[in-house]
Amino acid sequence: MLTRTNNADKELKVVGTRPVRPDGEAKVTGQARYGADYSAPGMLWAKILRSPHAHARIRAIDASAALALPGVKAVLTGADFKEQPFEYVGPERVAVNYWHMTRNVMAREKVLYEGHAVAAVAAISPATAEAALQLIKVDYEVLPHVIDVDAAMRPDAPLLFDDMITRGIEPAPAKPSNISKRVEFRLGDVEAGFAAADAVVEMSFKTAPVHQGYIEPHSCLARIGADGQGELWSASQGHFVVRAYTAKLLGMEIGDLLVHPAEIGGGFGGKTVVYVEPVAAALSKKTGHPVKIMMSREDVFKATGPTSGASMTVKIGVTRDGKIVAGQGLFKFQAGAFPGSPVMNACMCAFAPYDIANVNTIGYDVVSNRPKSAAYRAPGSPISAFAVESVLDILATRIGMDPLQLRLKNAARAGTPTAYGPRHAHDGYAETIQALQLHPAYKAPLGKNQGRGVASGFWFNGGGESAANVHVNEDGGVVIATGSMDIGGSRASMAMMAAETLGVPYDKVRSIVADTGSVGYNHVTGGSRVTFATGMAVVDACNKVIDDLRGRAALIWDVDVAGVVWEDGHAQPASAAVGDFKPLSLAAIAAKRGVTGGPIVAEAAVNAGGMAPGFATQFCDVEVDPETGAVKILRFVAAQDVGRAIHPSYVEGQIQGGVVQGIGWALNEEYIYNQAGRLSNAGFLDYRIPVASDLPNIDVVMVEVPNPNHPFGVKGAGEVNIVPVMAAIANAIQQATGRRLTELPMSPPKVLAAIDAGA
Amino acid sequence: MSKHHVSTTVNGDAVEFLCETRQTLLDVLRDELGMTGTKEGCGTGDCGACSVTIDGRLVCACLVLGVEARGCAVCTIEGMAEGDHLHVLQRKFLEHAALQCGICTPGFLVAARSLLERNPDPSEEEVRYWLAGNLCRCTGYQKIIEAVLDAAREMRGA
Repeated sequence: MLTRTNNADKELKVVGTRPVRPDGEAKVTGQARYGADYSAPGMLWAKILRSPHAHARIRAIDASAALALPGVKAVLTGADFKEQPFEYVGPERVAVNYWHMTRNVMAREKVLYEGHAVAAVAAISPATAEAALQLIKVDYEVLPHVIDVDAAMRPDAPLLFDDMITRGIEPAPAKPSNISKRVEFRLGDVEAGFAAADAVVEMSFKTAPVHQGYIEPHSCLARIGADGQGELWSASQGHFVVRAYTAKLLGMEIGDLLVHPAEIGGGFGGKTVVYVEPVAAALSKKTGHPVKIMMSREDVFKATGPTSGASMTVKIGVTRDGKIVAGQGLFKFQAGAFPGSPVMNACMCAFAPYDIANVNTIGYDVVSNRPKSAAYRAPGSPISAFAVESVLDILATRIGMDPLQLRLKNAARAGTPTAYGPRHAHDGYAETIQALQLHPAYKAPLGKNQGRGVASGFWFNGGGESAANVHVNEDGGVVIATGSMDIGGSRASMAMMAAETLGVPYDKVRSIVADTGSVGYNHVTGGSRVTFATGMAVVDACNKVIDDLRGRAALIWDVDVAGVVWEDGHAQPASAAVGDFKPLSLAAIAAKRGVTGGPIVAEAAVNAGGMAPGFATQFCDVEVDPETGAVKILRFVAAQDVGRAIHPSYVEGQIQGGVVQGIGWALNEEYIYNQAGRLSNAGFLDYRIPVASDLPNIDVVMVEVPNPNHPFGVKGAGEVNIVPVMAAIANAIQQATGRRLTELPMSPPKVLAAIDAGA
Repeated sequence: MSKHHVSTTVNGDAVEFLCETRQTLLDVLRDELGMTGTKEGCGTGDCGACSVTIDGRLVCACLVLGVEARGCAVCTIEGMAEGDHLHVLQRKFLEHAALQCGICTPGFLVAARSLLERNPDPSEEEVRYWLAGNLCRCTGYQKIIEAVLDAAREMRGA
């Protein structure tokens, strides 16, 4: 049973303040332990041999020389992992196929991208393991490869899988292809919609794959004992999911693996999957020693998930007075070497911010010889938004309407239908637009070579499974434990919601992230779900504790429990009629726990629904250097509906961080492949993410339209901030130069070429 | 493969260690001395997560060999607080929420301290350029810059 308290209208003492995070001191002193910071007695170091080829058949692997090297304890190949059934498991939008997963962790019949893991060595030192890798002989039959998504869709393209028949087409195609899946969403009649339009624009766009770029490479330490019981220290976005995947690939019972949550050095979606954990665990099992694996930065770029690059065409029609009457989109996404791009999200999110009667989106999930894509901040949505929001900008100019006004006129509200089924249930979008209309900088004059661009974005936000424990200590202090990894301050927001609910000061609550054996299942820290869903579990558990405390006070006072209320952190008589009792604090009740039922604990679990989507609207000012094509961001204003900010500083930080990742995506970041299908820029020198000197301050406008389904009104805040950025910058560049950039990144050579083409 | 015996000073303490020729100062700090506060983000000097000072000079520990530390004074994040008193920069990073995941934080703190030792009153632009060698993927840098400027103000007594 869940106890619901909607505190949204109550005067709040803790929520909305900006206390120091519980894990802060350890993180500024170097004491916090991340994935690579764990070691164990007798530990071995493992290294992974990776494919030098974009596409090749593995004829044979000879590891005898490596095994003969002194200090080498084991060599592992794909043959050491059990075969997995070929099936898609889970909801279509996030389906998992273990046949693919085990092959991505360690190649079997073929290598499908440069950097694909082929073998692993465990040895007594990193240097020995490295030397052993050079001694492994892999006999490759090099195959033709394909990198680009449009090329991969051609009938004569080299096939990654000889038996891949496109799903989602009736009747099923007779021939295999690189197209894993087709999805389509439809609302109304787009042809009729376009016929009613006064202005129609259709345009094609391309985006490059970009990496999540977390600063901490994937690392883990595994120990599997001879009794089959194992432990894993891993920096991930969800240690329960790491446990499930690793156990599945090793054929272990889930309960035989205990996963400890190492601090995580950034994830952004890229650490919701496993790469090194099953390898370390399998090597530990094989050698009987703890095994540590640390990826290099080059490994991270070559073998872990970037988000998809895409090729897409969007067509939108509007009437003279600015009503959008039809929207159509064709989205072709690179999945990487295995199916699973976020193209379905792209199709669903593309027109979701708008009230449009006629919508049709079609998406293709396409494999090619690149690392398998992984989730990245609002996966899919920023890509389709780049196209849609660019076309809207052109239409606004064409009909002579302010771009914010065009968006406001068509803004989705509670009750607006979507192309993917359910009607919108929440407001919040219009409020972000109105906030920018009132922003003084929106009307500020621009100089020469400067432009201003507007764009908006939508993201579903997640709910789902979370569990939390609350313990009242012997002295009346409180410990709350969840299983949600803290990537950006969630321990603080959990402690704040607990303190607010219990009516105790923030510093009386200790907030921890517990291992997989000490708290119930928590899904990943992703989808902007933790403050919402795990927060609900924390509040529910606190409410259960309050009920328990009221019962204990009733026992102490010898009154009926209905006569006891919990207010300001104390049990109090509900009225004078109950009796004249002095309020009992947590500490006072905890002191009498022995005679009132023993330890005071509660746990709660949710499968949270009722999440509200994220809406963001942004504008930015740029200056384009006509000599070099370099784009400088002069100003960036980002409005977002966050429901209610529990810890406003960390919400601002999410928005600033998301915007800056978007700036990198827009201007610099891309995977560059050579003719051989090898990545040319697998390092932070050549894959340049934004640095401090590239950027202005990011002006955050937090809009708070509370979510009635959360005790404090929370809406997920982590992701939607990246969605509008690329289009906002493209629209600003258009205004500055008169040139429409349709391909990301809008790097100096491309901008210069566009300027020169028009000169 | 015989190892080198190296005597050095880390955070004011005399330290001896054995290392292979190929081991970097970063490897030595983390794997030989157990000082894992200095982080590895790239191993190629591009991210600044392993920032330390050697004889007062700000360097990436991944670009220095362990043997090069012989006879030097190395300062790492573990030496920044004094007893139970956080350095002003550490406190300001907490107050300004200048970290999200925190993996880049030790490097930023060491680099920022190095800046304020040279320039106690930097402009925002000077802070942004000094810290341009330290990558942060979470924060967008703004709260880091604000924390450094605020720390500088407090340290100047302004």
